[in-house]
Amino acid sequence: MTDRTNSKPAFAVGDLVVVKDETPPNHHRTPWYIKGRQGVVVEFIGMYVNSETRAHGADGLPTLPMYRVEFEQTHLWTNYSESPTDKLWIDLYEHWLISA
Amino acid sequence: MSDNHDQGGFYDTGWRPSRHVHRDEEGRPHDHPGIQEDTGLGVRASRALAIHELLVEKGVIGEREVDEMMESWSERVPANGSTLVAKAWSDPEFKKQLLENPKETVIESGFVPEHNADIVVLENTDDVHYMVVCTLCSCYPTALLGPPPDWYKSFSYRSRAVTEPRQVMSEFGLELKDETEVRVVDSNSELRFLVIPRRPEQTEGWSVKQLAELVNRNSMIGVASATKPGAK
Repeated sequence: MTDRTNSKPAFAVGDLVVVKDETPPNHHRTPWYIKGRQGVVVEFIGMYVNSETRAHGADGLPTLPMYRVEFEQTHLWTNYSESPTDKLWIDLYEHWLISA
Repeated sequence: MSDNHDQGGFYDTGWRPSRHVHRDEEGRPHDHPGIQEDTGLGVRASRALAIHELLVEKGVIGEREVDEMMESWSERVPANGSTLVAKAWSDPEFKKQLLENPKETVIESGFVPEHNADIVVLENTDDVHYMVVCTLCSCYPTALLGPPPDWYKSFSYRSRAVTEPRQVMSEFGLELKDETEVRVVDSNSELRFLVIPRRPEQTEGWSVKQLAELVNRNSMIGVASATKPGAK
């Protein structure tokens, strides 16, 4: 469910961001392999229900800004051997991102 | 859940197909109102029946709700996605709408996104190739592609799709040029991704129905190309 009406994104397209290298005890959908890695915001995709609190029985409100972030595959994996042009895209909540 | 999973391994419940269980035309066991068939039922099936009965008894779900849910699942098939892709190949205006307002266009086309999830449509071209995975679980556009195949949910695919996507694609028969930028999309949020594969050559003038035959499920996940004409 998206809600673009009260969107106040802190990041803009093209911003360099780093994913927080944290492992909170609660449910979260930030996979380990991008934690601590630098990427670039390719899109602000809207305000989304917070799946981290909803997973523990709450209503997931207020909604949070979510971004599509692009990573260089060669920055994610040691010895990534396929092609230096390759990318990874993933959608992340704003509270997982810090300015690079 | 596949038969293999049900009949072997750690989670074996002892359930075995029995001729005495009522079966529908496709061999699935089902029960009739007023008839209690428990021959051959193991722990898991008995528990499911007991939970079902309790839920109905306590008014949590209606008598027909599970059947209706199963019927709605039968409407979620890859042909839904194939139709959208074939239409997008044939009609530039429709493709534009599908890419720019995917959820609205999907709903207008008669499909209902599961959990009211947002839909994102990505177009594969000569320059950019999208491939979808859900590394944390198995997020998948079931309304458009049906239930995810077992391989999509496997640890192997979920890890290799992000670490060696081109190798995975080549195992599905797709070899990309080095210059083509691969974008692996890790889908573990509130959105579901549908890929428009590249339209095969020598299909000029084909009808939407003919084109839809070429749009195989794997091509809409991005691990394979659309079926080439005559290669069926």
